[in-house]
Amino acid sequence: MPGSFRDSQISESQGIAPAIVRATQPFYWSVRRELWEYRSIYIAPLAVAAVTLFGYLIASMIRGVVLQPFSFAAGVILMAVFIVSIFYSLETLHGERRDRSILFWKSLPVSDLTTVLSKASIPLVVLPLLGFAIIVATELIMLLLGSLVLMGRGLNVATLWTPVFRMWLMLLYHLVTVHMLWYAPMYGWLLLVSAWARRAAFLWAALPWLAICAVEKIAFNTTRFAAMLGYRFAGGPEAIPGVDSFFGMTQLTPGRFLSSPGLWIGLAITAAFLAGALRLRRCQGPI
Amino acid sequence: MTVIEARGLRKAFGTTVALDSINLRVDEGRILGLIGPNGAGKSTALNAILGLTQYQGELRVLGRDPWLERDQLMRDICFISDVAVLPRWMRVSQALDYVAGVHPRFDRAKAEGFLTKTDIKRTSRVRELSKGMVAQLHLALVMAIDARLLVLDEPTLGLDLLYRKQFYDSLLNDYFDRTRTILVTTHQVEDVQYVLTDLMFINRGRIVLDCSMEDFESRFAEVTARPEQVAAARALKPIRERQVLGRSILLFDHVERQQLTALGEVRTPSIADLFVAVMGDHAEPAKGMAK
Repeated sequence: MPGSFRDSQISESQGIAPAIVRATQPFYWSVRRELWEYRSIYIAPLAVAAVTLFGYLIASMIRGVVLQPFSFAAGVILMAVFIVSIFYSLETLHGERRDRSILFWKSLPVSDLTTVLSKASIPLVVLPLLGFAIIVATELIMLLLGSLVLMGRGLNVATLWTPVFRMWLMLLYHLVTVHMLWYAPMYGWLLLVSAWARRAAFLWAALPWLAICAVEKIAFNTTRFAAMLGYRFAGGPEAIPGVDSFFGMTQLTPGRFLSSPGLWIGLAITAAFLAGALRLRRCQGPI
Repeated sequence: MTVIEARGLRKAFGTTVALDSINLRVDEGRILGLIGPNGAGKSTALNAILGLTQYQGELRVLGRDPWLERDQLMRDICFISDVAVLPRWMRVSQALDYVAGVHPRFDRAKAEGFLTKTDIKRTSRVRELSKGMVAQLHLALVMAIDARLLVLDEPTLGLDLLYRKQFYDSLLNDYFDRTRTILVTTHQVEDVQYVLTDLMFINRGRIVLDCSMEDFESRFAEVTARPEQVAAARALKPIRERQVLGRSILLFDHVERQQLTALGEVRTPSIADLFVAVMGDHAEPAKGMAK
């Protein structure tokens, strides 16, 4: 291409040796800047973890209950991660247009694709993994506290520790299958609305689905669409019937999960939503 | 070499024509001022050049198509579009880290050097800085990038006179080296009169004046006519006449200086005076001004 040929000539003649920025560098820094901007990504789950630990301190030290609250603790932290994911996805592409900083981001050699993918990676990858790390750390502290209480009473601590590794494996499996893969279309949709809406992004994100459910109910007196949304929310084939299943050792069924059409249709829809968000990011300026 | 070349560049929003098939050519080493009233199409032209908006017609910037190759192009272009676009939550150190991380031609030491001349603290967030300091920060970031084209869209809007002066001084002294090209739009034309090498007026999506500053000085002349010479001066068809303290000041295009010195005191008009002369009559955009 003539342009790049000329570029290299100019660089040589002026003695400029452009620092080699690895292809992944813009992506890495784009993710970092999301963490700078949206500090709630890690502050919210950490705060919930701290509150959980405070509760456990009371339960174990005063009431002597050591075993029961583990899966509940994991559940609340996951809930915090889920809520942060939703709010982040809805805000990120909207916020940069609202505060005009999109003009600054676009003045740098970072493609819209890199930007949209880095933003999508927060709810799809970063938050689930962060949630996993925080839950494991919280439960470790709980286990240590519980062990102290049990040893103080001269009891065997093995009963406390045996199920945890299995539990963490279950947790990781749950995070990958449900939070990363099964929920992906939901985050894709929120990012699309975030890139599109000029205001009231939350309304635009929720109302179309409610409208479809309402029309279906009134026109055909059926609730298939609502049931489908409910199935998606509940976690699909990997839905955990209750938090106790962390201990209940339900069989992992990756085969069944991977062969469910709902997963692949969902991922295809995610890709379409993200492509839409990418297109909007290219065309739109500040609002 | 040509940095920006546009042929028949056109952009319409619905029925409103923002850019009406303009032709534009900017060579390397020039400082071009694109001046026009609000809604004249300046921002649209800049957005097209920066790859922020789609357009019709032909446009090459540094040999590339800006709409299709924005991210590669941004290695060689910097832009500051008014003062308020740096993210307000960002810390100064984060801004340096981020630009150093994504920009292959960013010289961090240079940016730090510019910042030490200011009162900006590394730990401050952008929202804690005054408007003038935000402009200094943005300029420090941009001047540390070894770019070939710098685009400034109202870079000094809302800044006081001292910051404005300092802004253009650092641009000329610490940045501009005659191999770089600068494209600036501003309403504060008095600030850029002695900065520009080329001047372009744009109105209603069309370029109504395109001349270099050397041509500007030989082409335009303003005469404070002696009362007895006013009629003779009017006969030379001034493009504008105004009254100041009871004396007629007439602005001429393409009239021999010798002819004018006989009529009164002659000087080069300010860009602002010419701007008013060319744009003043909105009902009838000046004809025959474009080259």
